[in-house]
Amino acid sequence: MAKSGANVGQPVSMVDRSVGQALGDYVIQTLGVAAAEVQKLYHDPLELLTRAVQPVLWLMLFGEVMARVRGVAPGNIPYLDFLSAGILAQSALFVAIFYGISAIWEHDLGVLQRYLVSPAPRSALVLGKALSAGVRALSQGLIVYVLALLLGVGISLNPLSILGVAAAIMLGSALFSTLSLIIACIVKTRERFMGIGQVLTMPIFFASNAIYPLSLMPDWLRAVSHANPLTYEVDALRALMLTNGTSDYGLLLDFAVLLAVTAALTAIAARMYGRMGY
Amino acid sequence: MPDDQADAPIPDAAVQAFTLTRKFGDLTAVDRVTLTINQGEIFGLIGPNGAGKSTLIKMLTTLLPPTSGSAKIAGYDIVAQPAEVRRHIGYVPQLLSADGSLTGYENMLLSARLYGIPRRERTERITEALARMGLSEVASHLAGQYSGGMIRRLEIAQSFLHRPVVLFLDEPTVGLDPGARETVWEHVLDLRDRFQRTMIVTSHHMDEIDKFCDRIALIDRGRIAAVGTPAELKARVGPDATLDDVFLQLVAETSETETEGNYGEIRRERRAASEHG
Repeated sequence: MAKSGANVGQPVSMVDRSVGQALGDYVIQTLGVAAAEVQKLYHDPLELLTRAVQPVLWLMLFGEVMARVRGVAPGNIPYLDFLSAGILAQSALFVAIFYGISAIWEHDLGVLQRYLVSPAPRSALVLGKALSAGVRALSQGLIVYVLALLLGVGISLNPLSILGVAAAIMLGSALFSTLSLIIACIVKTRERFMGIGQVLTMPIFFASNAIYPLSLMPDWLRAVSHANPLTYEVDALRALMLTNGTSDYGLLLDFAVLLAVTAALTAIAARMYGRMGY
Repeated sequence: MPDDQADAPIPDAAVQAFTLTRKFGDLTAVDRVTLTINQGEIFGLIGPNGAGKSTLIKMLTTLLPPTSGSAKIAGYDIVAQPAEVRRHIGYVPQLLSADGSLTGYENMLLSARLYGIPRRERTERITEALARMGLSEVASHLAGQYSGGMIRRLEIAQSFLHRPVVLFLDEPTVGLDPGARETVWEHVLDLRDRFQRTMIVTSHHMDEIDKFCDRIALIDRGRIAAVGTPAELKARVGPDATLDDVFLQLVAETSETETEGNYGEIRRERRAASEHG
């Protein structure tokens, strides 16, 4: 976004600043926070590789065995195809849900205070962090794609489908990383956070359509799963990622749910994040 | 250098606090502090652990809302105009605020983006600021590999990149060896002289405060026990008094409270000290 005005670096009064400039600053602040996180990944990419282990295990061990059980996946989709979209969502979820721990870490160090005394709106900081969680998740996506192709899953390589998958992963990661940030703001210590992170991950994962369709569930669990944003992320991924994938709820609803929940969580997190400086 | 002159018109008082108060439950950490800090001063805040220095700074930097009272920084109200206040201040926390997993340059770039420094000025300003702090050669090294003194200088450079009207330095020399302490102070004085900006510094090293500060406030149990130049405060105590004597005499003996200087805070302070040291 182009910016005007030569003396932004100097103390400038808010009344002198146009709306366009404020918007431009907002975008740069958000992307700046995300860029810093990407630079960290670049300096230490080992984390990305270790995170690849989990999806490999799920697809190659769990997936290969469950593929022998007939009737799990609906319609004519092979189970491994059905599962691969769920595992993609899951690996992104696992990255995102522990994201808040870095906020606690930054708070304990003092890095967070640097963010909070800057003029960047809290929501720009929260969105920047969410965006960087999405970038991390994209690297997971790449790993799952390669693995799924090797396992013979019918992956759609249509560029539009891939873009759609990237959007769904980014959005889902933003959603769960922001949820994670809210939890971090509440619990405030790493120890408590680890406990809660574990407790949250399993229900979000199992009360969704990630590894089995909702039609196999008892009614009460199906109701819970319908209220779980992960279900809509998986639904979108399944439709976009697989050559013969279909959406149960429609892509429009999937993305609408993910966007709305992310927006609501961002608004809450922006309020709470500022109080972490106390 | 063209930007070495003071830019925007700045009110005479950099900081004006009026009956600023912060309570945590029953505890009054800062108790009706009224204080004026002049433009261009190096102002020292001293006092025992838990006296309320950090709470006062957190309020002035908008990290913590006051319970009552008010304060203005560069003419902007800390409660009503926090975004404007943030635009006009810099803050070097006592803790480690540079990101060790980013390079020095990347840390500066993040600050430049957060403070809305225009793209075409970023590189030049960052390069110049790093050079002034003697960090040019390590600009592409991870900050995690810096020495304590280098990290502090990087943090000061980050906090001053947008030329704040007031720079807050919370124990900038904690955990540093005498040489590194001297260097940090030289840079603080240099920035003040070059840009005529206000520096608010806390320290437990009375020799530094005596040597470098224009005026001092001694804070004890949330209140201002004394304000003045180092010479004025020393004269109050006796002809050959040092600032240590001032500190010991004016701070009530019972002020070893178990309130603010709690275990968690001490743990963080010590970690900050060891990370910087």
